[in-house]
Amino acid sequence: MAKPIELEVNGKRYSVQCDPESPLLYALRDELNLTGTKYGCGEGQCGACTVLIGGVPRRSCQISVSAAGSKPITTIEGLEQDGHLHPVQQAFLEAGAFQCAYCTSGMIMSSVGLLSANPHPTPEEIVQFLQGNICRCGTYPRVIVAVQQAARTILENGRG
Amino acid sequence: MSDTSVKFVPEPERYEFSAGPMHHFALARRDFFKFLGAGIAVFAVAKNSLAKQETAPTHGFHQEELPKDITAWLHIGEDGTVTAFTGKVEIGQNIRTSLAQTVADELRVPFESVRMVTADTALTPFDFGTVGSRSMPTMSPQLRRAAAAARDLLAGAAAREWNVPVEGLAAVDGKITDPATGRSLRYAELARDKTLAQNLPAEDPVTPPNEWTVAGKPIPKKDGRTFVTGKHQYTPDLRRPGQMYGKVLRPPSFGATLTSCDAKAAEAMGGVVIVRDGDFIGAAASNERDASKALEAIHTEWKEVPQISRKELFSYLKQNATAKSDDRSRRIKGSVEDGLTAAAHRLDATYTVAFIAHAPLEPRAAVAEWSDGKLTVWTGSQRPFAVRDELADVFHVAEANVRVIVPDTGSAYGGKHTGDAALEAARLARAARRPVQVVWTREEEFTWAYFRPAGVIEIKSGIAADGALTAWEFHNYNSGMSAIETPYTVLNQHIEFHPTQCPLRSGSYRGLAATANFFARESLMDELASAAQLDPLEFRLKNLSDARLRAVLEAAAKSFGWPRKKTQGGQGFGIAGGFEKGGYVATCAEVVVDRSSGAVRVVRITTAFECGAIVNPDGLRNQVIGANIQGLGGALFEAVEFENGRITNSRFSRYRVPRFRDVPDVEAILLDRKDLPSAGAGETPIMGVAPAVGNAIFDAAGIRLRGLPLVPNGLPTVKT
Repeated sequence: MAKPIELEVNGKRYSVQCDPESPLLYALRDELNLTGTKYGCGEGQCGACTVLIGGVPRRSCQISVSAAGSKPITTIEGLEQDGHLHPVQQAFLEAGAFQCAYCTSGMIMSSVGLLSANPHPTPEEIVQFLQGNICRCGTYPRVIVAVQQAARTILENGRG
Repeated sequence: MSDTSVKFVPEPERYEFSAGPMHHFALARRDFFKFLGAGIAVFAVAKNSLAKQETAPTHGFHQEELPKDITAWLHIGEDGTVTAFTGKVEIGQNIRTSLAQTVADELRVPFESVRMVTADTALTPFDFGTVGSRSMPTMSPQLRRAAAAARDLLAGAAAREWNVPVEGLAAVDGKITDPATGRSLRYAELARDKTLAQNLPAEDPVTPPNEWTVAGKPIPKKDGRTFVTGKHQYTPDLRRPGQMYGKVLRPPSFGATLTSCDAKAAEAMGGVVIVRDGDFIGAAASNERDASKALEAIHTEWKEVPQISRKELFSYLKQNATAKSDDRSRRIKGSVEDGLTAAAHRLDATYTVAFIAHAPLEPRAAVAEWSDGKLTVWTGSQRPFAVRDELADVFHVAEANVRVIVPDTGSAYGGKHTGDAALEAARLARAARRPVQVVWTREEEFTWAYFRPAGVIEIKSGIAADGALTAWEFHNYNSGMSAIETPYTVLNQHIEFHPTQCPLRSGSYRGLAATANFFARESLMDELASAAQLDPLEFRLKNLSDARLRAVLEAAAKSFGWPRKKTQGGQGFGIAGGFEKGGYVATCAEVVVDRSSGAVRVVRITTAFECGAIVNPDGLRNQVIGANIQGLGGALFEAVEFENGRITNSRFSRYRVPRFRDVPDVEAILLDRKDLPSAGAGETPIMGVAPAVGNAIFDAAGIRLRGLPLVPNGLPTVKT
């Protein structure tokens, strides 16, 4: 039977009762009710389930709860602070960088990870980094615009 | 627990739907105001049903049940909040925003004060489905007329209040004002303590596009913030109290029938509900993993039937065409034989299109909850009322006891017309006596959903020495009739659709068969231009009288710089155009072919699109660019692989869809025709991509590709 696993998600500590080898995605969605992180493929190919683990974007469908547990986890729900959107969220909103928006959580989390590693990416670097995130509606050009805008905002205001 | 009383077989569907029957609507007037509070309500009635209603009371609302043919309604509450109701579904095409703009515009209120209630069979009027690019051309005018009628009601209320004639009063910024005295009353004040309801007059005049103030503007997506914060709940994100998670045991191949099933071990597991019902076997548990484990513990045997594989597909489609002719699927003008005899050049060619998958990122999903014999289902579907009827039929309950709610959905592209997941969740929930959620895996999505039909298209054609078309014979096997007719002027035509037995479950896909028919027609037009030694654009314009199509071709060509000079080796340019569903499209493409590797890269796409008066230019641009990028997948590399009843590339790692690296420089030229009614834009912009790219590859490499996808593995013939 499953024994409790300690997780730190969005700055809060949780004790999660689940199979330690099950994917982190299901612990987030089903145990912690953090449903902003989406299931899209279950094989790490679409990026819809992207979260930050120790600040690095990871596919939560491909990493087990036990493997994820040692580092702080950030999900889309953890980006907003005191009612203020993260610059990447704000830029997606302003660029209208979504249609159905099912991919948006994963796109935003990957982009936040990109900008913390590379605060001023070229369009080619954005394409390279986000290649693993699928948008079936084809909103890719606006995502690139949004990431560039967010990079400018973060450089100006210092939050990333 | 086992339950075996109901058998269901989800029916496959093909092609577009014809109009369905109207249905009773359960919400009575007293419930309507109970739900929304007091205020003013206007009900839009379908035009063709108004005649029938002439004998019924038309002013005021004296009957308890609402009429059957209401298509939309609108409520203005005592706090001034405007709520508009439509059975349409938001699937990323942005109707929640564009329809709210329409209402705000006509009612003269700020955009922010309009709330849209969509796709809830208990609250919204019957709707056939969010299909065929119909939301804008049908729903937008209906809501507009409802809003205009509501304005009249408010003005009437103000006139009575002030005891003045209604004629002099004006509606401005959420108020009725009297220019003679300068006094005004807010809508909220006028709606207070009233339960005033009116059926919509037949032809209330509405605001023409050149006087729009809220419509026509690039207003950002309504509720955009809930999407960037992850707060919007798609169907898979819903969590009902006591909810269980369901899984369905799938047969090993299409058409397999169950011969034995031993579920004892699974049934012995704690906390698991097993359902065996005909060939349906499913499990529900407190989490997906336990439900899956239970299914793994069930031992089944199946009788499989031999089936055709992809390599035999096109010969199979031709051999299995329906022999009997049907006037509805054939158009004949003049004599193709005479036209071919008179031709200076003749060209015959055969084109093929593969099955492709919609692969919406939100897989099919549903949550079902039974309570006192009533069923509520949340599901991502384009046809909530059809799903309601399907559920009522399968479970033998009255339609009034089934409620289907569609949360704004993670896209569909024509792929979510059926209620498969809804039926499965409802079946499991009935046995479990608790709410059950079913979310398909990606593999299920790729295998058990339906596909864009494959097809074979054969064309015979002829042109005169000056390049004028003399004959056009066009046969489409299986893929469908959308845009099957040629927009070009040809006196001698024979155009025919041949339905055939189809080896895979097929259905609507963004643009339906128009993408296939555009591909074949516009590819052959390019070959004919070459035979006539004319520029491809010049050749099209020479054979074209339709002014709207000429306009988009010329607009795309102008922005693209057609005709362009090649500036590097392997470069090529292509053009294609056409019209469908009230929208006119032309696409220019630039490709670069690497002759040593055979790699083809689309570097630039320019698409001009015209769909009448534009309601939201930002949303429209997003749709047009997105459709072009999605269309590149089907044009270049998407194809469903199948062998003997099994899909062999049912994962994103094996089924390639467009990603960031595949995206060219895409430009959308939007022609705003304020003198024409707004048509839909979800489908037609995708149609020119494949032929434009195919034509550009020919221009670059001299190789004519006549099958979609064009280059799943590059251009093999120029590989070194």
